[in-house]
Amino acid sequence: MKRSFTLLAVVTGVLLSWGLYGALIAAPTEQTMGDVQRIFYYHVPSAWTAFCLFFVNLAASIVYLAKRNSKADALALASAEVGVVFCTIVLVTGPIWARPVWGIWWTWDLRLTLTLVLWLIYVSYLILRRFSSSGQTPVIAAVLAVLGALDVPLVYFSIWFYRTQHPQPVIGGGGSIDPRMLHVFFVNLAAFSCFGALVCWSRYRLEVVRRQVEEAQALESLLEPRGSR
Amino acid sequence: MTYLYAAYIATWAIHLAYLASLLRRYIRVRKEIELLKAKEK
Repeated sequence: MKRSFTLLAVVTGVLLSWGLYGALIAAPTEQTMGDVQRIFYYHVPSAWTAFCLFFVNLAASIVYLAKRNSKADALALASAEVGVVFCTIVLVTGPIWARPVWGIWWTWDLRLTLTLVLWLIYVSYLILRRFSSSGQTPVIAAVLAVLGALDVPLVYFSIWFYRTQHPQPVIGGGGSIDPRMLHVFFVNLAAFSCFGALVCWSRYRLEVVRRQVEEAQALESLLEPRGSR
Repeated sequence: MTYLYAAYIATWAIHLAYLASLLRRYIRVRKEIELLKAKEK
């Protein structure tokens, strides 16, 4: 297990360095937007990783609802937390790109609004997990996660089915892209996916150990003789 | 170029802030484990 983690960490480090070099130096400059287009190499992979993590959260929540498995619950929490981090990056890098290209930081466009709603749903999920001490919290959170995941396909397909201000997909959307740009994009996609998996793995391990410590503390306080505190 | 650097710096600042919070939580759990082990002895 430790070996796999180290291997993944090394692969992630190499891919992130390669991706950064490609995005800032190797990829050709886009003719219309100029250098600001390079934000795409971080923005889109971050969105992809967030979607993958929310999918993991959905799967783990369903497993928890079906089997009441504590590890599935820990994975659901870990994936939601890391997913929110990546979704935050999407919501930060998007407006930074929009300001020079559209002339505005934000518009209540369908995709942008749905992405903000998605972020708010998972932030609510994390707030629920953090501040509710009820024994039913994991179940309520799992139900919220299942309902919240419905927003992911809405965000993804919003630009396919509706005319929005957000750019149409270049890959699979009928557009064309320079092969060197495509190469850099896929390197960053792989890099961010590996990085997301690595951070989620770390957060999951931390959550499992934290729960074991809490159980041990509870057991210890039960075994402690009365009046010793 | 300012917007490009702003986006990349913001990305890594968010990631590093999150990793720092993970590290802080990890250190806290380690301390609690050590405390439990000390009580056991």
